[in-house]
Amino acid sequence: MLIKTIFAGFGGQGVLSMGLNLAEAAMLEGKNVTFLPSYGVEVRGGTANCTVAVSDEEIASPVASAPEFVVAMNQPSLVRFQNQVQSGGVLFYNASLVNPQNPRGDIELVGVPAGEIAEKLDSPKSANMVMLGAFARKTNIVSMDTVAEVLSTILKNKAKLVSINKKALKAGYDLF
Amino acid sequence: MDGNSAVGEAAIRAGCQCYFGYPITPQNELTEYMATHLSRRKGCSFIQAESEISAINMVFGASAVGARSMTSSSSPGMSLKQEGISYLASCELPAVIVNMSRGGPGLGTISAAQSDYFQSTRGGGHGDYRTIVLAPSSVQELADLTHRAFDLADKYRIPVIILGDGMLGQMQEPVDFRHEAPAELPVRSDALRGARGRPSKIVRTCTSNTSEMEELNWSLYRRYQLIEKKETAFETFLVDDAELIVVAFGIAARIAKGAIKSARANGLKVGLARPITLWPFPSGRIKELAATAKCLLVFEMNMGQMLEDVQLALQGQGEVFFYGRPGGVIPTPSEVLRVISRHYYQRGLKKGK
Amino acid sequence: MRKVYGRPRFLKKRSFHYCAGCGHSIVHRLLAEVIEEMGIHERVVGVNSAGCSVFAYNYLDVDMAEAAHGRGAAVATGMKRAYPEAVVFTYQGDGDLAAIGTAETIHAANRGEKISAIFINNAIYGMTGGQMAPTTLVSMRTTTTPFGRDVMLEGHPLKISEMLALLDGVVYIERTAVNSPAGIRKTKKAIRKSFQTQLDGKGFSLVEILSPCPVNWKMGVAESWQWIDKEMTGVFPLGIIKDTTGNKDAD
Repeated sequence: MLIKTIFAGFGGQGVLSMGLNLAEAAMLEGKNVTFLPSYGVEVRGGTANCTVAVSDEEIASPVASAPEFVVAMNQPSLVRFQNQVQSGGVLFYNASLVNPQNPRGDIELVGVPAGEIAEKLDSPKSANMVMLGAFARKTNIVSMDTVAEVLSTILKNKAKLVSINKKALKAGYDLF
Repeated sequence: MDGNSAVGEAAIRAGCQCYFGYPITPQNELTEYMATHLSRRKGCSFIQAESEISAINMVFGASAVGARSMTSSSSPGMSLKQEGISYLASCELPAVIVNMSRGGPGLGTISAAQSDYFQSTRGGGHGDYRTIVLAPSSVQELADLTHRAFDLADKYRIPVIILGDGMLGQMQEPVDFRHEAPAELPVRSDALRGARGRPSKIVRTCTSNTSEMEELNWSLYRRYQLIEKKETAFETFLVDDAELIVVAFGIAARIAKGAIKSARANGLKVGLARPITLWPFPSGRIKELAATAKCLLVFEMNMGQMLEDVQLALQGQGEVFFYGRPGGVIPTPSEVLRVISRHYYQRGLKKGK
Repeated sequence: MRKVYGRPRFLKKRSFHYCAGCGHSIVHRLLAEVIEEMGIHERVVGVNSAGCSVFAYNYLDVDMAEAAHGRGAAVATGMKRAYPEAVVFTYQGDGDLAAIGTAETIHAANRGEKISAIFINNAIYGMTGGQMAPTTLVSMRTTTTPFGRDVMLEGHPLKISEMLALLDGVVYIERTAVNSPAGIRKTKKAIRKSFQTQLDGKGFSLVEILSPCPVNWKMGVAESWQWIDKEMTGVFPLGIIKDTTGNKDAD
């Protein structure tokens, strides 16, 4: 089974970290995986996105023209990607910043107030991890334990950051 | 790990001592990787050169004194390097040159493309020469072929080009490095390191003697023939019973493979032929496959460059279709599947179970 | 009988292809003498360039590589970085170093590459038959400035040595001329100093040598030697342009 996810948002929202975390977690769980960041002028312009493909088999293309899942951390990302989601797919959006207008009827919309929850945890930058926690719970692509394990490896030597981001992950995970 | 960094790490493990580069998207991660991981290694050197031209000429100098050397760029920068590559070829100096190619012509796009096939496989610069061209289709293969590129370059004293693309360079995949960095490499016997205990040596391309120049061309040609015989690399996938075989290289082969799996699920007998060396081109293998299948579909992210090599290999024997997307557009597996299906049914090919 | 003069040890036994009165043969000989006297021949790797001196390796009996036109400084950089024990010099003409190779020259100098550039300035493209060089004097006739170099069209002679002297990576630049016995002795001293600067690991150095090209200047040999004094040195004054080596003759 091949599952593709696009993570999108402003540069600085930690969009690429979300994707990398998912990719590494899937790798640890023995899946085939590709991670493709958008690069070049787009990034400098302020928006960033990346595509993660996870599969039990070899992955043909790391590009997703019709992803199963899209995570939109800001409004422009929602506008850009909402019509690409595969019919029957799920669109996650950061409800603290994004207002889904004219939603499609053939996909599921999941609003996660990632920004507000992160604020409450006193770590506004961890909104991405709140979202990732919610994403992990809803999609079941990888287990929460592996996501947390990857977090520790990525943020090694920074115990404080690990602990706050784990809290954020859990807060997102416990939403559903 | 991303493809660019994987090339860097594999190069270091292959004993690369010198890297000279100039920033250009989408290969900057390689330059940055070398700045971080090669520049402080003992006996190694990293320079961010003032241009691609300088970078390839620094490679020329480092190679002349016997160091395993590398440079990298993307399409527009590769055009600038062609002068240096011609000189390296003429002076029979080994070098590894990485092209994470992008859509052209001109400055073009920064998205992945395969439009540098002609430039890479036809020498690229002036004069009658070839370079070995390796075309990986995954990050793992980028790493493996980088290591191989250094060995081939030294073995045949020839510039070796790794023809990747922006997507391979940027995408991250798991990668295993199969080699440890060597403690020390032997100094090449032809290196210019001062005339100590031997007569002085020269590395040159210019001569006023045409017979001498002709002999150099013949000697290069003989070496190229040997390389064609020994180093051609090729991969096939589900070709044994295939009615239609897709011929594709690099990232396009990978996309095609996805399409072929879906085609097989629909009962279409389709296979894949993937040249790993673009020069030497596996003409013999292509010809054999064309004899067993009803037709070939060449699929490239350009307007049909490898297509010419396939047609040359077949010498008019066999039916060849082409599908290409130039300019940096990344075709999807389902798009390629539609093209496969269309040709399959139009041609009236038999379905399997 | 005592031998007072002979062929330097590191000059191959072969006659020069250079025209009568050309400065290249003199500078080749000086290089061979300096390399012998400094005892560095086992470490020397030279880079010659496109132009009349493309065959310098036919005369100098040291390891040498031919660089593409203008790329000498980049090739020498690669050599020195890959093999720092080498004493690396480039031998370049004005077209090579100051026109097509300007970028390579400036950036190697700015990085303070520990190499020695031997820069032959004869104000003309010799090998291709007398076209305008970046250093061609104002009003000077060449095959591509048949009415004389016009500053409104072709600009002024490029003073690359003075430009390079502004760079912090450069530690020594001297301009000499090989049109007199005294000038030849000074040139030899400058070449030696440039090599010593490299041996001391101090940075980039360059010796600009005003050198006669009687054939393309369309002059007799004696006249061309005088022309350097009368015309060239007015635009390209002789002397030390920069010296921060800290050696006793430093400025």
